[in-house]
Amino acid sequence: MNLRFGKSMPWLGVVLVAVVLLAVPFVAALGGQAWVRIANFAILYIFLALGLNIVVGYAGLLDLGYVAFYAVGAYTYALLASPHFGIHLPFWMILPIGAALACFFGVILGAPTLKLRGDYLAIVTLGFGEIIRIFMNNLNAPINVTNGAQGITLIDPIRFGDFSFAQTGHLFGFTISGPQKYYFLLVALAIVVIVINIRLQDSRVGRAWQAIREDEVAAKACGINTRNVKLLAFAMGASFGGIAGGVFAAMQGFVSPESFSLMESITILAMVVLGGMGHIPGVILGAVLLTALPEALRYGIEPLQRMIFGRMFLDPESLRMLVFGLALVLVMRFRPAGLWPSSQRRRELAEPAD
Amino acid sequence: MLEVNGLRVAYGGIQAVRGITFHVREGEMVALIGANGAGKSSTLRALARLLDPAGGNVRYRGQEIQTLPAHRLVEQGIALVPEGRGVFPRMSCLENLRMGAYSRNDRREVDNDLDHVLGHFPRLKERAQQLAGTLSGGEQQMLAIGRALMSRPKLLLLDEPSMGLAPIMVQKIFQVIRDIAAEGMTILLVEQNAKLALEVSQRGYVMESGQITVSDESSRLLADPKVRAAYLGE
Repeated sequence: MNLRFGKSMPWLGVVLVAVVLLAVPFVAALGGQAWVRIANFAILYIFLALGLNIVVGYAGLLDLGYVAFYAVGAYTYALLASPHFGIHLPFWMILPIGAALACFFGVILGAPTLKLRGDYLAIVTLGFGEIIRIFMNNLNAPINVTNGAQGITLIDPIRFGDFSFAQTGHLFGFTISGPQKYYFLLVALAIVVIVINIRLQDSRVGRAWQAIREDEVAAKACGINTRNVKLLAFAMGASFGGIAGGVFAAMQGFVSPESFSLMESITILAMVVLGGMGHIPGVILGAVLLTALPEALRYGIEPLQRMIFGRMFLDPESLRMLVFGLALVLVMRFRPAGLWPSSQRRRELAEPAD
Repeated sequence: MLEVNGLRVAYGGIQAVRGITFHVREGEMVALIGANGAGKSSTLRALARLLDPAGGNVRYRGQEIQTLPAHRLVEQGIALVPEGRGVFPRMSCLENLRMGAYSRNDRREVDNDLDHVLGHFPRLKERAQQLAGTLSGGEQQMLAIGRALMSRPKLLLLDEPSMGLAPIMVQKIFQVIRDIAAEGMTILLVEQNAKLALEVSQRGYVMESGQITVSDESSRLLADPKVRAAYLGE
C-alpha cells in the first residue's frame, strides 16, 4: 500500500506503514482479543485474495472454486498435526506439503479446463470447489480420514521450539497473546505474497498473462505457451491457497467442511473484484473491507436497532448478506473497475472492447 | 521451404479443407485465393497450429512440423498475422510490438528490430504510446504485421490483411508487404482480394470448397479467363 508514497518519500511511507502494522494488534487488544482475531482474519484474507488475484486478476481466469485449495491446505495441516492420526509434524514441514498438494490440485483443475473461458470455466471451478468440500464431508467411511462433518479438533498450534503461538508469552518486556503472535506471522506471510504479486506483475510471465487475458489467439501467435502459462497461474494461486489453509487450521485449532463453502469462494472473489482486479492495493483494500464489514454489522447493528426501535428487528447474520449484496451492486454500478483499480484496468473498462 | 501434403481440416463432421497439397519456396510470396468459406483461413490456422489438422503432413525446412504446438512454431520462425488483426487492445503499440518478441531473449537485437519495424510503419512510430484498441483498422493491421515481424520470422503467414480496410489503406498495407518481401521474407498470403494478391505474389493457388483447383504463376492466373470470371469480377 505504500507504493504511491514510495516514489516521493520512500522512508516516510515505509515507516508509517510499519508503525501502523505494529500498532494494530495492541490497539485492537484494547477492545479484547476478539478484535485481534478479526485483524488476523483480515490479513489471512489479504493473503487469500492476493493468491486468487494471480488467477483472476492477472491471468483473467474466473475461478469460483478457490476455496478448495484453502481446504486442501487446511486439511493437510489438520491431518499431519493433530491427535486424529497421532501425527505431529512441525509446521515448517506441513506448510510446504500443503502448498505442494494444493498446487497439485490446482494443476488437476487447470488441465481439463484449459480450453474453457469465462462462464464455462466459472461453472467447472465451482463444481470442483464443491467436490472437494463434499469429499471432506464424506471421507469418514469406510476409513475415517477427515472425520466427516464433525471436523478435526485439537490441531497443534504453530510452534518454533519452545515458542508456541497458542499461549501468551513475553517478548522484549511486552506481553504478547497468542492471536497477537499469529498476527505478526500473518503480516510476514502477507508481505511475502505482496512482494511476489508485485514481482509477477512486471515479469515475463505477467506480460504473457496479460496477453492471454486480452486475446488468446494472438497470444499463441506471439509464441506464448498458453497451456503452461495458464497452468502456472492455477498452480501459483492454488499454492497460496494451500498455505493460507494451513495457517488457518493452526490458528483455529479446528477445521470442518463448513468453513469451505461456496460462499467462502465468492467472498474471496468479491474481495478481488470489489477492491480492483489485478491491482495489489485495491485487492488489499477489498479484503480488509469485506472482513471488517460483517464484524462492524455484528457489533454495530444490534445496539443501533435497540437505540432506534427499542428492539431487534433483523439479526445481523441476515442483514449481512443484504448489505453485502447491496455493496457489490453499488460498487459495480458506479465503479466497475473496483474501488481502487489500477490505471491499466480503468482503461480496460473505460472503453468498450471491439 | 514449406511443403504441405494432403492437409485436411475438419470442424466436427464438416470438412473445411479436403486434403490440399502445395508448397512455398524460400524467398517467394505465394497467394492462396478463393471465395469466402473456401477453407483458406482454416488452412493457415492449421499451419500455425491454432487448430489441429485432421490429417496430412507439413514439412518446414525439411522437418515435419504438424505435431509441434503453436509456440514452438514461432521459435522455428513461422509467424502468423491472424485474421481480423488480433492486436492486444489495451497494450500500447510499443507493448504490442515487444510482445511479438516474446519468444526471443536477445534484448539488444530486439531493440534494433523494433527500430527496423517502426521504420516500415512510420504511423506506428507516431503512435507508439497509444493503446492499440484506439488505432484505426489499418493501423491495427500494420501493428499486427509489425508484431509478427518482431519474432524474426523466416516464413510469414498473412491472413486476409485487406479485410475491412478502406481502399487507400489496403494500398498502403500491400506496399509494406511488397517491401517486406523485397527484403527476402518468404510469405504465404491468404486473401479474398484476388487481384491484389496475384499482383504482389509470384505464384498462386485457387481454393474452392476445401480443395485447390488451379495453381500457376500469379501473372498467368491474372490472365486466365476462368479465374478472371470467378474471382476478379469480370
